[in-house]
Amino acid sequence: MKHLTHALGALCIAASVTGGGEASAHGFAGKRFFPATLATDDPFVSDELSLPTIGQRRLGATDDGPGALQTSAALDYTKRITSNFGVGLSANYLRQRNADGTTAKGFDNWGLSAKYQFYKNDPGEAIASVGLDWDVGGTGARAVGAESFSTFTPGVFVGKGFGSLPEGAKYLRPLAVTGAFGLAVPSRSSTTSSTVFDDDGNPAVERHPDVLKFGGSVQYSLPYLHSFVKDVGMPDPFRRMIPVVEFDLQKPIDRGAGGWTGTINPGVIWAGRTMQLGLEAVIPVNSRTGGGMGLLFQVHFFLDDLFPQSLGRPLF
Amino acid sequence: MSRRSVVVLLLCLACGEAAAHAFLDRALPAVGSVTPQAPAEIRLIFTQKLEPAFSTLRVFDAAGKRVDKNDKQVDASVMRVSVPPLQDGTYRVVWRALSVDTHVTEGDYTFQIGK
Repeated sequence: MKHLTHALGALCIAASVTGGGEASAHGFAGKRFFPATLATDDPFVSDELSLPTIGQRRLGATDDGPGALQTSAALDYTKRITSNFGVGLSANYLRQRNADGTTAKGFDNWGLSAKYQFYKNDPGEAIASVGLDWDVGGTGARAVGAESFSTFTPGVFVGKGFGSLPEGAKYLRPLAVTGAFGLAVPSRSSTTSSTVFDDDGNPAVERHPDVLKFGGSVQYSLPYLHSFVKDVGMPDPFRRMIPVVEFDLQKPIDRGAGGWTGTINPGVIWAGRTMQLGLEAVIPVNSRTGGGMGLLFQVHFFLDDLFPQSLGRPLF
Repeated sequence: MSRRSVVVLLLCLACGEAAAHAFLDRALPAVGSVTPQAPAEIRLIFTQKLEPAFSTLRVFDAAGKRVDKNDKQVDASVMRVSVPPLQDGTYRVVWRALSVDTHVTEGDYTFQIGK
């Protein structure tokens, strides 16, 4: 935690004394505003803080143990270095109440990320970026399943609004989609246990597959409807809401690969002037993923709006 | 997350000079509306104060010809432009808003005059 405190403090100070950079926008492509999604990565580079993201869901049983009810509290911070390049830091505290009555708690591995936005088409409301996530091995608690090895996930992120649809389909113009495609590559292909042995007395070997990741969202922007298509007279706070369905799927592709797992998350995001609130149901796609419905709640700050002259500007 | 980390973050948030992007909150005539009577002006109400010198508001007819009087006025978060007596038809309002914290937003919408 001391490292996090120092890193955040240094970032605040560095950003506060740095004046350069052009005023840009979080999640905009032309007149389209893409909200920050709760479960999947966004296609844009921005100065933003999610604090907290609270989640609860029931995990499926695995070879390592029975299912558990997992509650998480996460922080995600992203900082623009230039107007198109940014870095991120994430931490996630987990509490797992296992089926056998035991409880485990602690931090998952720290996450670091970098993202470069290489394409934006304002009239077409399109945006695309590439990025790299680094799940830093050995920085979390083994009790909650944090791995001792790192995982690197290069990815591509896209967003597209449908504001250019013809007049006959004008009520579909508020629609937008985002997508995130990545391949999670562990730094170690297998781990040999020193405490668990197979029936022949040999140390058990756990294999770590590469994992294909596929996520995204379908969203219908009521602010877009009211500002650009038709003011249907909806009162606040509904006129600032964005109904959304997120999907977050993954599939191991080698080393004893299993099937798809993931969740479908229907919910709603309310976007205010300097922050947004999001609430989603978390529905597992199969029993391998888990059981029952979970919840995800997020408070998200637009730092470029809160601190336009300091913390919310690109460093360069 | 430790209490110390939370304190650092909240301090950062607390000392912020809150401003924001200027979103179009309301418009007269309303976005996508059909009005039987021609308006004397187009009025847009934003969620933020605007920088008058760099905010624009223009009105075009269905043929793409500019029809407003080019006399845009900005008063805090309200931007308006007057128009001559307009015939029945469809008109497009095109705006660009620079909020006082230098964030730019832009957009357009149509309204109709007639029954």
